[in-house]
Amino acid sequence: MSGTKNGIGRIIPDELLAGAHGRLVPYGREVSAAGRCAVRQAARGRKVVRDIKEAIRRSGLRDGMTISFHHHFRNGDFVLPMVLQAIDEMGIRDLTLAPSSLTDAHECVADLAERGVVTTIHTSGVRGRVGQAISSGRIRNPVVIHSHGGRARALAEGSIRVDVAFIAAPACDASGNLTGAIGPSACGSLGYAMVDARYAKHVVAVTDTLLDGALPGCVSIPQYLVDQIAVVPSIGDPSKIATGATRITRDPLSLVIAENAFRAIRASGLIAPGCSFQVGGGGASLAVARYVREYMLEKKIRGSFGLGGVTASMAQMLSDDLFEVLYDVQSFDAAVTESIATNPRHVEIDAAWYADPSASGCLVDDLDVVVLAALDVDVDFNVDVLSGHDGVLRGASGGHCDTAAGAKLAVVVVPSFREGVPSIRDAVQTVVTPGETVDVIVTERGMCVNPRRPDLAEAFRAAGLRVTDIRELKERVERITGVPRPVALDRDHPVGVVEYRDGSLIDTLYRVVSS
Amino acid sequence: MVQHCMVLGADGVILDLEDAVALSEKDAARFLVRHALETLDFMETPVFVRVNGADTPFFEDDLRAIVPARPDGIRLPKTDGAEDVLRADALMRRIEREAGLPEEGVVIQAMVETARSLLHAYDVASASPRVSGISIGGQDFAADLGIRRTRDGGELLYARAAIVAAAKAAGVDAFDTVFTDVNDCEGLYADALAAVNMGFSGKAAIHPSQAAVIHRAFRPDEKEVRKAARIVRAAREAEERGVGVIAVDGRMVDAPVVAQALRTIELARIAGMEVPAE
Repeated sequence: MSGTKNGIGRIIPDELLAGAHGRLVPYGREVSAAGRCAVRQAARGRKVVRDIKEAIRRSGLRDGMTISFHHHFRNGDFVLPMVLQAIDEMGIRDLTLAPSSLTDAHECVADLAERGVVTTIHTSGVRGRVGQAISSGRIRNPVVIHSHGGRARALAEGSIRVDVAFIAAPACDASGNLTGAIGPSACGSLGYAMVDARYAKHVVAVTDTLLDGALPGCVSIPQYLVDQIAVVPSIGDPSKIATGATRITRDPLSLVIAENAFRAIRASGLIAPGCSFQVGGGGASLAVARYVREYMLEKKIRGSFGLGGVTASMAQMLSDDLFEVLYDVQSFDAAVTESIATNPRHVEIDAAWYADPSASGCLVDDLDVVVLAALDVDVDFNVDVLSGHDGVLRGASGGHCDTAAGAKLAVVVVPSFREGVPSIRDAVQTVVTPGETVDVIVTERGMCVNPRRPDLAEAFRAAGLRVTDIRELKERVERITGVPRPVALDRDHPVGVVEYRDGSLIDTLYRVVSS
Repeated sequence: MVQHCMVLGADGVILDLEDAVALSEKDAARFLVRHALETLDFMETPVFVRVNGADTPFFEDDLRAIVPARPDGIRLPKTDGAEDVLRADALMRRIEREAGLPEEGVVIQAMVETARSLLHAYDVASASPRVSGISIGGQDFAADLGIRRTRDGGELLYARAAIVAAAKAAGVDAFDTVFTDVNDCEGLYADALAAVNMGFSGKAAIHPSQAAVIHRAFRPDEKEVRKAARIVRAAREAEERGVGVIAVDGRMVDAPVVAQALRTIELARIAGMEVPAE
């Protein structure tokens, strides 16, 4: 038997090295520059880089590639602007930007897109100047709007291929284990970033808190998924997480809507032992949680799980023992970080576990009740969470269509008019969530049940609730507001598409003709 | 707020032209309220308009603008005696006649806001069939007495009790004054509960968030409602059998107890509670 001596003098048979097991190599020999052993040696102790630019350089990022970010800091994110500025200064162009969403903290994207640094955008939401840039057709390629579940699906199936993911990490050890639950910039769950880390070709953790020792417990993303660690002075302002879209309301009108929604939920009979529950962002939907909490306490009902988009009130429901588990894909309030860090029943989940329709089971599909906000709805119960009254993009798809499709009862809460403009239309400008997945629309002036759910309408009436025909409600509101002129859209000039959670295209975004 | 006031949970709404409106905005507010009355659907919510007092230059203009727009009622501030009510009544009658509208379709809720007015509360309440209720304006009343209002409201105890007695004597409703600290739900609840116990028909709210708290105070508890239903049922059966005094749950029931039970059932119905067959 002929053999080869390996690095420590043991003989390995040549017939095995060249045999049926594929290409095998004796221990102690250099495999190749890209071989496994070589990579492990290279990574150890050398993940921490001097600054963002060095991380970008080492990542191999070049023109035409795809980069991603998470939006867990919402309006307080510093990382996306910091990295894009470095990229711009380094002269890299024609990038595809594929963050989990864009917020008010990401206004810089508008300029960078107009200058060709970013030429394609995949996102759940857009606001401010970015929305204006897209709606006025100033970005080279059409934008793709996805849901949170849809994005997880797109990453898993490869329809979004991230070359470099930049992950804001509130605490990270030198090996690259990182978490959102601790540190001065703690933001809670890193659920959206977890899927980026899994699928991106290269992962850069950007942190302001590099731990001396190992990360104690609560690891969101393990070291084996992290290639580099860039240390910066500050990654974000957690106090800005709970502003804007996730502010808890004191507005009496929103509270009336929330109370009406609660009555509908109660009448559905779904708030029962073992129930599961989610509320979306938006003042009225967040307020519903408060009413549900009081009811569950009064009736001594213990549910199976709460899901979200987790707010302080949902965390409170967990500490009240109203749920067995609270699943948290995104913390809507920095106040919940202590809960996620210390309560083992407050479980951080990734976006695939949350809502990926192609996965072997996701939590939204097990939901009993979800309460969701809307910008506009129409008489077919379709929901628009993207377009403002001027037609310009200023919202986010989020988990809207994912949860509506999954939950047994999807309640949409919306004021019947805002600033004199009615919210119930003949047809919404942009369908994000199809009407066939929406069960009830609740306003301050009445609740409308989808004709597909006569069982619900019957249950509501039996509980003494008044059910209003949606067309009748629309007319009643228009008697107050009048009928607005439709927004002028240039239908020959699409500026984007809206992807449904399964990857099919549910609607097209058009250039808004400025009046 | 005007366009949404009917959905915020109150049993009635008051659109204000008086103290909530700056002097420079009186005309604009009057126009806005009239327009709202003419165009908005207030659904089942009764609408009252608080006009400026008879001692102001706005009083007549307010009534001329508002009465033809047919609110459910006019809230008349600072009524010092029957003559103030009669003056408003006469003016309203003239406005209605000139506009070809039925007379007395719009009721008056008169506000008692001074010591002098309190002493004439019964005269105010019984001055005209148009008066459907009287109320105490706590802030102005305290100012007239030169005192400060407190959280537990002890300083208004006599005035509130006197208002209820005057209203009952005249057969009209009595409405309690507002609790001004909108952030103090517990204080409001205690104050509203006191109003219930004193016999007020209702209580004014100064913010939509107060409506639910006031409702909670006025809502009888379920045990009380069940007992009231038993009393009313037993009284009816006794009447049918020609029996005088009866006993329910081992206690004697006479006419005042039955009257109280009827009131409990009325409150339960207003609160939307299920009431067992009487």
